[in-house]
Amino acid sequence: MTKFKIQINNDAIILLLTILLGLLAGALFMLATGHDPLLGYEFLFRGGLMSLERIGNTLATATPLIFTGLSVAFAFKTGLFNIGAAGQMLFGGFCATAVGLTLQLPKPVLLSVMAFCAMVSGALWAALPGWFKAKFNVHEVVSTIMFNWIAYWLVYYFVPIYFKGAFETESRNIPLEASLRSEWLSQLFNGSYINIGLFLALAAVLISAFLLQRTTLGFELKAVGFNRYAAEYAGINASRSIVFSMMIAGALAGLGGMTLYSGYATNIQIGVLPSQGIDGIAVALLGANSPWGVLAAALFFGTLYSGKGFMNAMTSIPPEIADTIIATIIYFAATNVLIRKVLDKMKNRNRNQGGN
Amino acid sequence: MEYVVEMRGIRKEFEGIIANDGITLAVKQGEIHALLGENGAGKSTLMSILFGLYQPDGGSIFVRGQQVHIHNPNVAYELGIGMVHQHFKLVHNFTITENIILGQEPHKLGVVNTVSAAKRIKELSVRYGLNVDPDAKIEDVSVGMQQRVEILKMLYRNAQVLIFDEPTGVLTPQEISELMKIMKNLVTEGKSIILITHKLKEIKAAADRCTVIRRGQYVGTVNVAATSEKEMAEMMVGRQISFKVAKEMREPGDVLLKIENLTVLNNTKVAALKEFSLEVHSGEIVGVAGVDGNGQTELVEAITGLRKSESGSVWLSGIEITHMTIKQRINAGLAHVPEDRQKHGLVLDYSIEDNMVLEIYGREPFSKNSLLNRTAIRQYAEEIMKHFDVRSAQGPVTSARSLSGGNQQKAIIGREMSLNPKVLIAVQPTRGLDVGSIEYIHKRLVAQRDAGYAVLLVSLELDEILNLSDRIAVISNGELIGLVNAAETNDIKVGLMMAGVRREGQV
Repeated sequence: MTKFKIQINNDAIILLLTILLGLLAGALFMLATGHDPLLGYEFLFRGGLMSLERIGNTLATATPLIFTGLSVAFAFKTGLFNIGAAGQMLFGGFCATAVGLTLQLPKPVLLSVMAFCAMVSGALWAALPGWFKAKFNVHEVVSTIMFNWIAYWLVYYFVPIYFKGAFETESRNIPLEASLRSEWLSQLFNGSYINIGLFLALAAVLISAFLLQRTTLGFELKAVGFNRYAAEYAGINASRSIVFSMMIAGALAGLGGMTLYSGYATNIQIGVLPSQGIDGIAVALLGANSPWGVLAAALFFGTLYSGKGFMNAMTSIPPEIADTIIATIIYFAATNVLIRKVLDKMKNRNRNQGGN
Repeated sequence: MEYVVEMRGIRKEFEGIIANDGITLAVKQGEIHALLGENGAGKSTLMSILFGLYQPDGGSIFVRGQQVHIHNPNVAYELGIGMVHQHFKLVHNFTITENIILGQEPHKLGVVNTVSAAKRIKELSVRYGLNVDPDAKIEDVSVGMQQRVEILKMLYRNAQVLIFDEPTGVLTPQEISELMKIMKNLVTEGKSIILITHKLKEIKAAADRCTVIRRGQYVGTVNVAATSEKEMAEMMVGRQISFKVAKEMREPGDVLLKIENLTVLNNTKVAALKEFSLEVHSGEIVGVAGVDGNGQTELVEAITGLRKSESGSVWLSGIEITHMTIKQRINAGLAHVPEDRQKHGLVLDYSIEDNMVLEIYGREPFSKNSLLNRTAIRQYAEEIMKHFDVRSAQGPVTSARSLSGGNQQKAIIGREMSLNPKVLIAVQPTRGLDVGSIEYIHKRLVAQRDAGYAVLLVSLELDEILNLSDRIAVISNGELIGLVNAAETNDIKVGLMMAGVRREGQV
């Protein structure tokens, strides 16, 4: 057990170092463009965290990111690169919105039905690429990207026909019964658009961690991810594991879609692939593919995203700087092997000195 | 007497494991000096220290009498120490010349001049009898040739002391004898060689002196000509060992594995196994002898379920398993020690304990209602590790990747035997292992037979087949050429059959 703990701490240190290096690089950008980095960061973080309302908004921004981050991380544990979180979340969110706009039910029942539809449709959207991979060895990167576009055009077609709202490019607003926002939560956070999707996201983190760590299913999925041949040799059905893993990843992204379109937003727009899908890759990367790491990384990205507007308003620093910082952090996350190496070296040196 | 390389009292510690503890190695000018030790004894660590990849925690190194500090491989190169790695480090779509000059390309105004380099490589090749064509591409030449390129790389950099790290593991017998010749040429020309190996035959054939280390400690240095293979083996493992497996006669019982007219296609859809029939009884080891690639792999994969069979059937203690899934076969009492332990045998990134339940995590007590029971898994793994002498740095939570090859193999064999299988398929169970581990694994296989189970042993080592088997099935070109009693045959007879010559008097 002790070994396990050390591992987690190490990952946490790497996560913090990665963020720190990203922030440092961002400070250099700000300096280079003639701005005061301290001021910039002050407003960036104040923008994300200075009031209850803003904290609420940060959490609301982070919610879909937690889902997509989990989605990517989960698939990755089985050795699959799910680039299709965007499409899965779009399709899942679309189906949930369609249900919300069609059925008239009491709020708890309607939300449950919507969540169920979001998960099933997201799962379906990922299961097909998973099945292609298992059956015909079609690379999931290619097929999930294609599925992103299929979802994109389906929504593009169906929304104006059946759910047209005020504009040609968006759906009607969902009724209050179909919204994840709730009176008491909004009031608690002084009118923020935080919603109960956050609790769904936290539950998803818990369930994913549990599934991966403690269950036979997690054992199988990880075994297939690490070494498909050995898993097959040991009697694990690798094809089934691949489809399963993609389905779970898709269900997570689909539910994330619901939190986006009927929690964070109130309608669905056509012609937009949700950027959270691709950001989920960054979240998973920064979170070292562990559910808890994903949670931490998503909260951090949520802070940056929701704070960058305030920074822009209060200083002359362009919001692109915040995006640059995020990109730099992703870069460091991708190269965290280097950070790990440096850490190991430092550790060894410390021990050696202690020994002498 | 001055040594070309002398390492005195070298000590190196990793994460609580003492890899080298006071090791001394003294190499004379112009000799082949073997460094002998079991897997994990510390040979590679010692050589990595000499080559500058690790820094020693204690001890000193002298090169031609001068004390030196080898901080990195570049220092080693400057001192004239070169290493021929076990796994070649070559660029496959480069020519031999390009590979050799890589890192110090001779150039004029930024344009690489390969002509002069190629000329020098040709000279070196002729002088040392390497027979290398400087303009050939690496991807077009044999493994043996690639190794010679690695040797040339060292010679090109004027290495005086060459370290060969397990050089024969990847070579065919012909290539091995050629390598021996090359090494002899090298020392005649004044080079010195350190040969890392655990193969006694090769030491006997090539080396002048031999330093033996065991579990990180120096055991002694002997004159090879005056020492027998058995004596060296015993120095290496630290106890009496026998190359012959003690095995009593047993009456075979019921048929536990029955293969009937089995035909299996290979990856190119050609029948690699043709109408193959064989029975293995309880209390019996049947060896499958054959030259590599004559259908053994397909046979094993069809029995274990990794590959579909085209026609015919496989029966396990009276139940047909031909169309069962792998899991069903395992549950029916089949166990398999796979040929490639890293590809099929282990999930290297899993801990040992997770690997020990790779097939049975779904059974109680290891899981209940799909929830893993970590305590039960750990206990089970500890049990296997104790019984099968699996040595690891941190017990059951050690990652399988960090185990030495021998310990990985012992872990797999432990896992498979702990399934209490009625039939055990063991493929190349001792490949790449040292004599100590080999002896141990052979004993366990015989114990499995003595306990009344069936063992199908597939091996390319004829000695192993002859030593362990009760009966030997010879396979050639996918067909059963003959079935003989091990007690009534010898290596020459079996060798002839392996070449496809049918014999009378089959059983």
